Amino acid sequence: MSVLTITTDNFREAVIDASKEKPVLIDFWASWCGPCRMLSPVVDQIAEEQDSVIVGKVNVDEQPELAAAFDVQSIPTLVLIKNGEVADVSVGVRPKPAILKMING
Amino acid sequence: MTEYDILVVGGGTAGMTAGIYGARAGKKVLVLEELICGGQIVNAAEVENYPGIPSVSGADFSAALFDQASNAGAEFDFQSVDAIRKEADHFLVDTPSGPIAARAVILATGAKNRPLGVDREDTFTGRGVSYCATCDGAFYRGKTVAVVGGGNTALDDALVLSELAAKVYLIHRRDEFRGEKSTLELAETKENVTVLRSSAVTALQGEKKLAGITVKDLKTGSEQEIPVDGLFIAVGQMPQNDRFSDLIELENGYIRAGEDCRTSCPGIFAAGDCRTKTVRQLATAAGDGAVAALAALEYLQKK
Repeated sequence: MSVLTITTDNFREAVIDASKEKPVLIDFWASWCGPCRMLSPVVDQIAEEQDSVIVGKVNVDEQPELAAAFDVQSIPTLVLIKNGEVADVSVGVRPKPAILKMING
Repeated sequence: MTEYDILVVGGGTAGMTAGIYGARAGKKVLVLEELICGGQIVNAAEVENYPGIPSVSGADFSAALFDQASNAGAEFDFQSVDAIRKEADHFLVDTPSGPIAARAVILATGAKNRPLGVDREDTFTGRGVSYCATCDGAFYRGKTVAVVGGGNTALDDALVLSELAAKVYLIHRRDEFRGEKSTLELAETKENVTVLRSSAVTALQGEKKLAGITVKDLKTGSEQEIPVDGLFIAVGQMPQNDRFSDLIELENGYIRAGEDCRTSCPGIFAAGDCRTKTVRQLATAAGDGAVAALAALEYLQKK
């Protein structure tokens, strides 16, 4: 599945509401952050391979309110939302198997 | 089992360049990266010494290199490599999800950030402890930070942070810095930079986030607690090739190979910072990637 761009406009629908059907993995990133840029292909690959999760990205420069709402202090940060609530948070770059484990438990 | 012509271990500049050359030569190439592609340059704020590109961020450079290698046809997978076994006419590369067969292997494992080795360093990583001032510096705008290390990275980090943070402590366990003298002098002219020589960070304080560090004066033995919001660790890099030591010769942890990138085992090549060499630069990593890939192609042709 393709990766969604999450903004304050679509947050309720694309994340909160959608997470009641399927977990949503949000990747907080910024264009100047090298590790974030290079985590992107990993997250893209997960989005392609895993039907069990919806993957979205939040650009923290463009969406400071969302970054603040999730208390994101370091990027990349991955947040897993299940049933409208934060189920897990992972700060920093993580290996793909660890991200898959976060999603699939 | 799918057999690759060339399997590249490590997706840094050397590995991805090898991927470009291998794929453009029509070979089936897989790049295995255990974390994220790009290698050390990912964290560089600005690259100004890569020929033909006057100025580029490490982020843009790595992303472009990844796209270039992918578009050329190199496949990427994100998992670790535990060992390499030599079979009659190919190699088996062991990963947590099983072995992958390849006719030739290019090791481009690079070097990784050396941890400081202080208690709870892992716990606070991303919660005050960082290995990348250019990535995380912006989060410490107006705050107090410390940089540990004595090389160019530590000095550069202190300079970068002096523009953002209210206060920067630069802590080094020796009297003399290994980094450029001019950079040190520039850092010392900054009003908000305090240099602590012959000093070591011996403990980290804080509950959920880093709140302070204990700094020991190595000459007097006295300790002081300094409240900081961020600690940037820049104490060097280390190679990670021990898992291959039964197949190829190592020297101080680096893979023994000359400018031709050939290791002691025919069919296995070494490119970039992971091999024995004197210059470890972005341009030489790219050069190694090309040399190793072309050597692997020649090896495949003669086989």
